[in-house]
Amino acid sequence: MNPTDLANQAQATAERALAMAAQARMMAETTLAPVAPIAAAAEPFLMLLTIFLLACFVGYYVVWNVTPALHSPLMGVTNAISSVIIVGAILATGLGDSWIAKFFGFLGATLAAVNIFGGFLVTRRMLAMFAGKKKG
Amino acid sequence: MAQSLTTFAYLIASVLFILALRGLSHPTTSRRGNLYGMVGMGIAIVATLLRPGMEFSGIVIVLAGLVIGGGIGTYLASRIQMTSLPQLVAAFHSLVGLAAVFVAAAAFYNPESFGIGHAGAIHGGSLVEMSLGVAIGAITFSGSVIAFAKLQALMSGAPITFKGQHWLNLGIGILLVVLVIAFVATGSGVLFWLIAIVALALGFLLIIPIGGADMPVVVSMLNSYSGWAAAGIGFTLQNLLLVVTGALVGASGAILSYIMCKGMNRSIFNVLLGGFGAEAGGAAKADGSGQPARPVKSGSPEDAAYIMRNAGKIIIVPGYGMAVAQAQQVLREMGDLLKKEGAEVSYAIHPVAGRMPGHMNVLLAEANVPYEEVHELEEINPEFAEADVAFVIGANDVTNPAAKTDKSSAIYGMPILDVEKAKTVFFIKRGMASGYAGVENELFFRDNTMMLFGDAKKVTQQIVQALQK
Repeated sequence: MNPTDLANQAQATAERALAMAAQARMMAETTLAPVAPIAAAAEPFLMLLTIFLLACFVGYYVVWNVTPALHSPLMGVTNAISSVIIVGAILATGLGDSWIAKFFGFLGATLAAVNIFGGFLVTRRMLAMFAGKKKG
Repeated sequence: MAQSLTTFAYLIASVLFILALRGLSHPTTSRRGNLYGMVGMGIAIVATLLRPGMEFSGIVIVLAGLVIGGGIGTYLASRIQMTSLPQLVAAFHSLVGLAAVFVAAAAFYNPESFGIGHAGAIHGGSLVEMSLGVAIGAITFSGSVIAFAKLQALMSGAPITFKGQHWLNLGIGILLVVLVIAFVATGSGVLFWLIAIVALALGFLLIIPIGGADMPVVVSMLNSYSGWAAAGIGFTLQNLLLVVTGALVGASGAILSYIMCKGMNRSIFNVLLGGFGAEAGGAAKADGSGQPARPVKSGSPEDAAYIMRNAGKIIIVPGYGMAVAQAQQVLREMGDLLKKEGAEVSYAIHPVAGRMPGHMNVLLAEANVPYEEVHELEEINPEFAEADVAFVIGANDVTNPAAKTDKSSAIYGMPILDVEKAKTVFFIKRGMASGYAGVENELFFRDNTMMLFGDAKKVTQQIVQALQK
């Protein structure tokens, strides 16, 4: 086999490969096209899910470290911070102009506020009792 | 404030919330922790109000809500008696649940604000998350209302059971799933409210069969639910802070439920299916009436005072009965007097004493009992053998040795405080009735046990008077 033949053969193979690659790319584009928007929509969800699961682990380890004597204040604090749902109520009330949404936002914000103030204050009262008795 | 700044503020708030929980690992750091929590909440609220695009009218409405709600919350929190703490917490849980329902409703009618679609055409994924948020929120609300009513004695603490109860609940659960699927498919407002109503009914039915003394589990479980509801809303609104906080609270409540169940050696399903104490109590009563009363040794407060004055080591075991009688203050006085007499006084707390996790610790702390004198079960159990006196006030099942020996007993396997090992055991009780589990306590009939019949507070007061002489 002389060098020219070999070169021609190699070139032909390279051209075939190029054509196949172009075909594969075209196929990929046509089949994957409908998947793209779904993937885009799933992305924020997956990110939130990741954060959610990691936060579950953080919560798990932090709460096991809470001394049993302070389990009641723990409930008070978790109660107060779960009312961070007020953020949703504020957004619903302040963005957009649906009056139904504003109405529900107001109700949500009011209820959450009861909890935020009540939860933190009652916890403070409880903790003050624990702190004040060092000397016995 | 730019969008990214808001997100950054949420991140800081999340970290502060984690630090708030972290602080509770010791009383000395706990108050700073609570402060972190407040600052975190403040940052979250202010950052949201300053977000770009917030309308002035909306800000005014929110501030009005904050003032009204904050006023009510402050009033409740400063007025509440520590004995009624479980009721307050149950009431607060119900509010979180209801707030979750309202926020989901607001998002449903104004989806553009959250970028989850348009009214009537909300993204499918968001509808799933929204319906989960609503359903968990509504269950939390009605379940907590029932828990509140039971704790506040607005309704009987006895389990309410009827035939086919579990099948009914299962049916409603399936109906709920069907409604959620239909809601996601159609995005109809009617279905949104139907989900809320059916979930309300489910929350109600799930809690009524659970007895009063199982309330520590229920309250912790509802605590957990309120967290999951917040997380569900967080997913709907794609809000990082809500998701993180919801997960923290959910995990916390779940752990507390687990600890409470372990304290009773019962599975969470056993508690949730309910009816505990109802049948067992009936059986015990039937037994008791058929048999002649066994002799017990009962004594006067003066006898108790005499014995304790000469004791070297005294362990006090408070239970829910002490809280009901409001005897914690006078109990601490008794402890102080005994310490003056040279006795070593400590307190033993069972994990499920009281009506919510840690309730007894708070009551004793309120009565100025030093933190160092209060011990958990594992810590103090070895010490009963060296104790001269075990002073059981308003507790019963948690001291019952049948939990160790009698395999047929309803409380078999439950960890108990080993008061039987003390030289003398005092039981302050109103009468001979068995405890919540309906199991007779063998200890009452032992030679080294002395029963002090009467109201916990009065009896303790009489002991204090006798000690002062």
